[in-house]
Parts: sequence; C-alpha cells; structure tokens
Amino acid sequence: MTFSSTSLESEATPAGDSSLETTLESPPASGRRLFRAFVTDWGAMLSTAYILLIVLMAIFAPLLTMLSGWGPYQFDQSAIDPNLGAVPIGPFGGISAEHWFGVEPGSGRDIFARIAYGARVSMTVALSATLLTTVIGVVMGLLAGYFGGLIDLVISRVMEFLMAFPALIFMIAILSALPADNRVVLLVIVISLFGWPYLARIVRSQTLSLKEREFVEAAKASGASSGRIIFREILPNLQSTIIVMATLAVPGYIGTEAGLSFLGVGVVPPTPSWGQMIAAATPWYAVDPMYFVIPGVFLFLLVLSFTTLGDRIRTIATSGEARS
Amino acid sequence: MIRIAGSRLLGMIIVLFLVTLFTYAIFFLLSADPAVQICGKNCTPERIEQIRLNLGLDQPFWTQFWGYVGGLFTGRTFMVAGASVECAAPCLGYSFQTSQLVGDMIVQRLPITATIAIGAAVLWLLGGVVAGVLSAVKEGKFLDRFFAGLTLGSMSIPNYVLALALQFIFVVALGWLPFPQAVKFSDDPVQWFLNFILPWIVLAVGYAAVYTRLTRANVIDTLQENYVRTARAKGLQPGLVWRRHALRPALTPIVTIFGMDVAGLLGGAVITETVFGLNGVGKLTADSITANDQPVIMAVTLLSAFFVIVGNMVVDLLYTAIDPRVRTGASA
Amino acid sequence: MTDDVNKNSSPLLSVRDLTVSFRTAQGPVRVVRNLDFDVPRGGALGIVGESGSGKSMTSLSIMGLLPKGGTATGSVRFDGTELLGLAEREMRGVRGDRIAMIFQDPLSSLNPYYKVGTQIAEAYLSHRSGVSRKQARSVAIEAMERVHIRDAARRVDHYPHQFSGGMRQRIMIAMALSMEPDLIIADEPTTALDVTVQAQILDLLSEIRQETGAGLILITHDLAVVSEVTDEIVVMREGVAVERGQVEQVFSDPQADYTRRLLDAVPRIDDEIGLMRTTDILIPSERRSVR
Repeated sequence: MTFSSTSLESEATPAGDSSLETTLESPPASGRRLFRAFVTDWGAMLSTAYILLIVLMAIFAPLLTMLSGWGPYQFDQSAIDPNLGAVPIGPFGGISAEHWFGVEPGSGRDIFARIAYGARVSMTVALSATLLTTVIGVVMGLLAGYFGGLIDLVISRVMEFLMAFPALIFMIAILSALPADNRVVLLVIVISLFGWPYLARIVRSQTLSLKEREFVEAAKASGASSGRIIFREILPNLQSTIIVMATLAVPGYIGTEAGLSFLGVGVVPPTPSWGQMIAAATPWYAVDPMYFVIPGVFLFLLVLSFTTLGDRIRTIATSGEARS
Repeated sequence: MIRIAGSRLLGMIIVLFLVTLFTYAIFFLLSADPAVQICGKNCTPERIEQIRLNLGLDQPFWTQFWGYVGGLFTGRTFMVAGASVECAAPCLGYSFQTSQLVGDMIVQRLPITATIAIGAAVLWLLGGVVAGVLSAVKEGKFLDRFFAGLTLGSMSIPNYVLALALQFIFVVALGWLPFPQAVKFSDDPVQWFLNFILPWIVLAVGYAAVYTRLTRANVIDTLQENYVRTARAKGLQPGLVWRRHALRPALTPIVTIFGMDVAGLLGGAVITETVFGLNGVGKLTADSITANDQPVIMAVTLLSAFFVIVGNMVVDLLYTAIDPRVRTGASA
Repeated sequence: MTDDVNKNSSPLLSVRDLTVSFRTAQGPVRVVRNLDFDVPRGGALGIVGESGSGKSMTSLSIMGLLPKGGTATGSVRFDGTELLGLAEREMRGVRGDRIAMIFQDPLSSLNPYYKVGTQIAEAYLSHRSGVSRKQARSVAIEAMERVHIRDAARRVDHYPHQFSGGMRQRIMIAMALSMEPDLIIADEPTTALDVTVQAQILDLLSEIRQETGAGLILITHDLAVVSEVTDEIVVMREGVAVERGQVEQVFSDPQADYTRRLLDAVPRIDDEIGLMRTTDILIPSERRSVR
C-alpha cells in the first residue's frame, strides 16, 4: 500500500497492504461488464464527480481567476484590516462577491485563486507520482515475479531497503538539502522513489501465481517469447489490480504532497499549494478559521473521493470476479 | 530459532549500514558547501574553519564517512571555540548552529515524543480493535456501515487539518481544553492528560481507522475458519469459542503490525508535534530542516531509520515466537 | 423393565421429514427435502451422495450448526429429545458431549495456535464441572492412546502442524471420543487422506464403535468407504433420499436408478476391459474396492 493514510507520521502501515493483497490474491477477470456496475454505484459516481470538478478547476485555473477577478499572486490591501493585525474584513474570512472564498490574512491574496492554482499542484504531483510509481512498480514487479532467481533477489532486496526507510523523514531531508527550483519535479521523483515498492510487491506476488497458470504454460509450449508472455498473457490479468492500486495511491500522494508542503519542503511560495496554505493558516486558526478550513475541506474531500473511488472499484472488481 | 535470529540480525545490521551510507552520501552529494550550510545563519569565517576541521570536510568521502560511523561507536571529540567537546558514543554529531551535542538535543526531547506516541498508540489499538470486532460481529448492519464511513473519513482527513479543527473547537470555541503544552505527568496528572489528549487523538485517528478495517477483516475471515466450526461442534461456551478460536488467531497479526507502527513513531511524529508546538523529536526534525541544521537532520534521520528497522526485526522475531507453526517448524 | 426394553429398541436418532432451506436473493432454496432415517443404538448409518446432495447440511442441522440463513424443519429426535428448536444452551450441552462430530479436513479443523492436548481437553473442561486441568490432560492423553497415537504423553503438547494428515484425523477422533458420545457423526472423514491412511481411519472408527457402542453416521461420496463401515445406507440426491436400506442389499440389488448408476460408476477389478459405461454423474471415487 502506498501512503493511503494521510497520517504521514511513519511508514504506511502494512495493515492496509495485507488487506489489499488478500482481496486481490487471485487476479480478477476482465473489466468490460464491470463498467456497468461502476456507473450505477453512487459512491463511485459522486467521487468521480468531485474529482472531475477539481481536475477541471486545476486545468482552467487561469480562466476561473479571470472570471473571479483576482489572481493568486495579487495583494488586495483593501480586504484586510491593518488595525486588527491584517485580519480579513467581513465574516468567514472575508467571503464576499469580490472574493468568493475570502482573502488571506496578512497578504490579502484571494483564496479562491490560490485554491484553484493549488489544485494544479496537488493534482499534478499526485497524478505524476502515481503514473511513475505505477510504471516502475509494474515493471519491477513483473520482472521479479516472472524471471525469479537473481533478478528477483536483487529487486526484492532493493524493495525491502526502500521500504525500511522512514519515508517521510527521508523525503523531508532530501528535499531540504536540494535547491529550490523544479520543486514539482523533485517532489514527484522523491515521492515515487519511496512509493513504487508497495505496488511492485503486489504485482510481483500476483505475477508469481499467474506464472503457474495453464495459459502461461500453453503459451510457453507454443514457443512464445518471455516478452510476449509477459505483455500478452500476464499483464492483462493484472489490469484490475493495477487500476485499484493506482486509484488508491493517488490520495496517499495527495496527502504526502500536502504534508510535505505543510512542513515547508514542498512547492516554494508564492506558488500556492493547499498544504502550504494550511501551514500558513496555522497561526491564524483562532481568529480566522476559514483560512485553514477551506483548503482543509478541499483536501479532505479530494482524498476522500479518491479513497472511496478506489474502494468501490476494488469491491466491484472482486465481486465481479466472484460472479465470473 | 537462534539461526533465524542470527540471520535477521545480520540483515538488520546490513540494512542499517546501507541506510547510514545512503543518508550520508545524499548530504555529502547534495550540499554545495557543507561547511557553510552546517554553519547556518550568523556565520563567521572562524566558525566555518572550525567546522571544516572538526568534520574533516576537506577529506575524501570515505574518510569522512568512517569518521562519522566511528563516532557512532566510539565517540568523537569536537574543537569548538578553542575548547574540546566530548561526544560520547553513540556520537550523533554536534550542532554548530545551536552549540549543542545533537545527542543531548534528542535525549531532551524523547520523553515528549514517547508520551505522544505511546498515548496515541494505546488509543488507536483499543479503539481500532474494539471498533473492528464490533463491525465484524454486526457485519452488514448499521453499526458496521457507520464504522466503515467513519474510518473512511478518518483516513482521508490530513492530521494537521484535524489538529487545527479540534483545537479550534475544543480550545478556542468551547474552552474545554487548554492549548496543548508539554506538561509533565509528575507535575500535574490531570493537566498532563488534558494537554496531551488532543495530540493523542489527532495522531491516533488515522491509525485507528486502518486498524478497525484490518481487525474487521481478520475477524470475519477467522469466523469462517473450520476450527471455529469445530469449536462450536464441541459445544464449548460462546465466550471460549470467541476468545480462543476467533480472537486469538484474528488479533495476533495485528499485534505485530502494532509493534512496527509504534517503532516508526519513536522517530518522532513530525506533523503532530509541529502543529501543536510540542518539543519532541519530530518537531526537532521540522525545525532543523527549516534552519538547515545538517548534523541534526542527519542524526534524526538515522535515528528514525534505526527505530523502524529494529522495530521490524523485533516484530519478526515476535511473530516467530507467537505463531507455533513458525516456532516449532513442521514435522511429520 | 418395559421401559428399558423400549429404550433399547427405540432408535438412538430418529429423523423425520427433515427439510433444510436457505434464504437467498432468488428466494428460499431447499437443500434437504423431507428426509427420513433412523440410526439404531450402536448402529452405523452411511449417507452417500455427490457434492451438493445435502448430506453435509443434514449433519449440520442435527447439530444445530447450520450457517447463517439456514433453517431446518421437521423432527430430529435424539434419545427421546427433540433437537430442532431446542434452546441454544441445551443444544450446547448435547454438542460434543452426546453427539460428536468429525470433519473433513483435519488441518483446517484444528486451531493452529493451540496444542492438541488443549483442544482435546477443551470439551471435557467445558462439559464437566469441577474437573481439574490435570484430569482433563490425562483424559486427553488417554483419548490419544485410544486412537493409537504413540508417545501420547509427549505428543499431547504438540501443535496440529506437527502431525501428519492421518494423525490429525486421529486427533479429531480423539476429540470426539474424549466425551464418550452416544453418537458420532463423521463428515467425509477420509476424503482428505491418502488411500492407505483411509483404511486405517476406517478401521479405527469401526473399532471404536465396537468398544463404546456408540452410534455412527458416516457421510461420504465414496461408496467403497461406506461399504466397509456401515450397516445401513441412505443415498441422497439433490436433497432427497432416493434409496435406503441395508448395505449389502442396496449394493447387490439397488432399487433406484441413481443408485445403480453410482454403483456402476465404481470401477471393479473384475470389469471387462473395454468401454466403461458413461454416466451423467460425477464418478464418486476412483478408489478401487479390492474384494
């Protein structure tokens, strides 16, 4: 399991890991009829809707901020009260027709704009990291599982080594030691570095059991090359597993990026990130709770949506398999 | 059994060594001029020179590295401002920025980290297991679904958001709890509890959710086992069937995972401590990162890895002790 | 005196009109329908059928151990007491003590975390009040000796995985025996075992029957097994009894078509070499009965 809990205090507990492994022990069947089950599941549909909303918000951030009138880097001194310590004027952190989500205390920046642009960071980092870890994890898992022997030995040791690291602390350490440019890329790389073993482990164990199945033997007997077998026979059977794992990885990475930004090693200000906004909101929490509530709610709902989505997909995939 | 422990120990030492090497190499490679970085703000040329000398920064990588590792085993001496500072084994380095031995800094902060970690651990273990067992027993019914939703929410909310929200509600709005500070138990037990309860809850919530799900799954699986059927067929009292044949097999794996989680937290609950401003090892980590105090960052990283790796090994061994199949080995 | 005579001649177990149904999404499904049979005191009944014929459900309903969603109607009279609908507390008193059950897979039927001695003694400690652990332990050792496990005094402290398959089944039998039940129900006791071990277990069951006078219900799909151990058999198919009678009778002169096909499906050593008669049922067993 990749950090699918946002309590980033330590390793992702293997707890979730084993439950995922047991439910996906025998690789589930195809994915066609599952689609129909998917669209009728309201948990899955609601989650997807919210995710799409955020994705759209991220993509169209510039457009949206043009509509709302304020960019993420603009200071609006008129919205904050200098006599009260730069607190936003008006209730709920200064929510008004001007500033749909209010303004930041101290700087007067429009929160809606920063949320919209922050969505970019969250989604970009999370999705890229998911893509990277999925690719690496699947490749490594397949190689280790299919070829066994020395390859498996080496890959497994590397996986164990990486999983033994206290990932959060390491990520913080590495990120803090590196210069501040290309933060997003760095974040993706660092997160992926520690994330791929969890996926690879599951892919490996499923490959191991698939390897023994008749259709693989048949393919071998008919002279298919290893490459062919891996890509034509084994990989398709891993489809559902991969989809579930990827979907469940995303919320973890969202949380990880937010956590790292919260701690100050994520994207550098003034680039907005939801985690960073919450960090900035910490000293203001008593007088302007909206400042942390708004990004907090967005974060919460996004992680919730992805987790629910992953859960629903997994349920549909495994019950579909049971029926077939 | 001894052979297993021996090979595990060896493996652990190797991993620890590699982690140390990897960490040191990262810092070595990533720092433009380590002396300047280590020196931090308020730097003077004299200090930079001191640092260079002390840490042998002109020397090749391996010399430096072995110097560091040697310090871990035999201690080191630092020359600071003309005086020599003894750093007893295990020497975790010297923080030139704050003029303290890193080891001292950590030891000072360990009690708070331990308090937070253990208090939260008790909470999440009890809460998670009870909720999990209840969910399993009432599978499919309202209580089960309620817990399922609750755990989903708990897993999704970031710690720091929860921390701020709880603080706002209970400290600011309702005024029921004081703003969490590190109160010593010996000074005032009641205050100690009231101060730590929020950090405990914040830290425990995420874990409790995972433990609930895991316990529920384990109990449900175990109840399907044939040996539970056998126990019932023997007409045993329900209590005995539960304790011996359902709970014991279901909860054993959880106890081992628990060990690993707690071990991981001993390196400091970075986020929780930071949000509540509690001076534990986690906060030290966060602060030293902001200040770029490299020796401290290095030490804390190592310490954390050490706890995790040792914790893993202890749990592995524990498992061999607990599971008779592993302990005695199969024989015909 | 007349009471005694009546008691001795009345059956130990009397099942009448037993129907077991399950609630499913498609409506109630009856897995056992209107089943009648008797088990005389000290007698041995075999229930034969393929998977899904309802034979296991029959035994589970006697014991009151039906899985969730299952209900049993009809009558199951055990030594004068009606078991169906009996309060759970009383039923617990019957289970393990008066009726003992042995299951198919001894490895999964034993708790891997506890010593076999503990598991054998459990029932004794549960059902008998005021007995000490020591007593229970010696009961366990004695039970293990009765099933011919050598070195019982030492092996009583071993764990299930430390025994072979055949030994584990003996331990299950020991568990059943330890309470000296009036009736033993064995559900596919030999299916998971090798052929040679099978024979040993069956011999053991017969031996115990003779020693203790307990009744036996043997459930199996294997005709060869049934022919060795039981007096009477009931042939079940899809929840219904299609034939009933003394073993030799049924084997030599089967009344039902189904029974005939079952028997035909068992290869015999004196079969002509050539085409085997095809049937539309699973061949229940490939084990030859060498007679």
